[in-house]
Amino acid sequence: MTYTAAVLLGLAGAAGLDLVVLRTRLLRRRVFWATYPIVLVAQLVSNGVLTGRGIVRYDPAAILGLRVAYAPVEDLGFGFALALATLSLWVWWGRRGVQPR
Amino acid sequence: MAHLTYLAVLAGCAAAALWLEPVLRVGVLRRVRRLVRTVVPVALVFSLWDVAAIAAGHWRYDPAQTTGIVLPGRLPLDEVLFFLVVPVCAVLGFEAVRAVARRRGWPAAAWRAGDGDGPDPGAGTGREPQ
Repeated sequence: MTYTAAVLLGLAGAAGLDLVVLRTRLLRRRVFWATYPIVLVAQLVSNGVLTGRGIVRYDPAAILGLRVAYAPVEDLGFGFALALATLSLWVWWGRRGVQPR
Repeated sequence: MAHLTYLAVLAGCAAAALWLEPVLRVGVLRRVRRLVRTVVPVALVFSLWDVAAIAAGHWRYDPAQTTGIVLPGRLPLDEVLFFLVVPVCAVLGFEAVRAVARRRGWPAAAWRAGDGDGPDPGAGTGREPQ
């Protein structure tokens, strides 16, 4: 499997977690789409350093080759899945009464 | 010092988000149980993804710019810390957006996350009370 395929799987997994498993439905909420651009900017900067300085190096055969701020475009999907899974779980615990306030 | 480069990036991420806790009083770090139950499973799953990706040769890390502490699965400690720091930053950002929405008096129904912050008849259906 390539990184490209793995990211598509990860995105599907995170979306499934949010919409079907935990039913937090953040993908349909304004608060999530207002948060994501902030996360995205932070990701572009930090990931840009990690990939631009060669701290992380990618196998050219595992990626499409399209790059955004030095990083493979696949990393955008990786970061999105990470943020969505995190926030979905955070909201779910709140709904279950774990320190909602 | 080069081997601390990755950790320095993480410190930068943390610094960019941690000020939200005292300034906007988002109460994320205060809610330890909820934060641990959120971040640990996510860090675990993404660490497994990382191990699989390393095994498949999707990416590798520069030993000169990481701590050199490597966990089973050839997973650098730096990466595990990444999967702990970044989710905490994401939650801080999320709660900061909600704090700003509350303070500015933006319509609560439209900014609901559905975690006990008011009645939630179903997000995105267009049926939320305004």
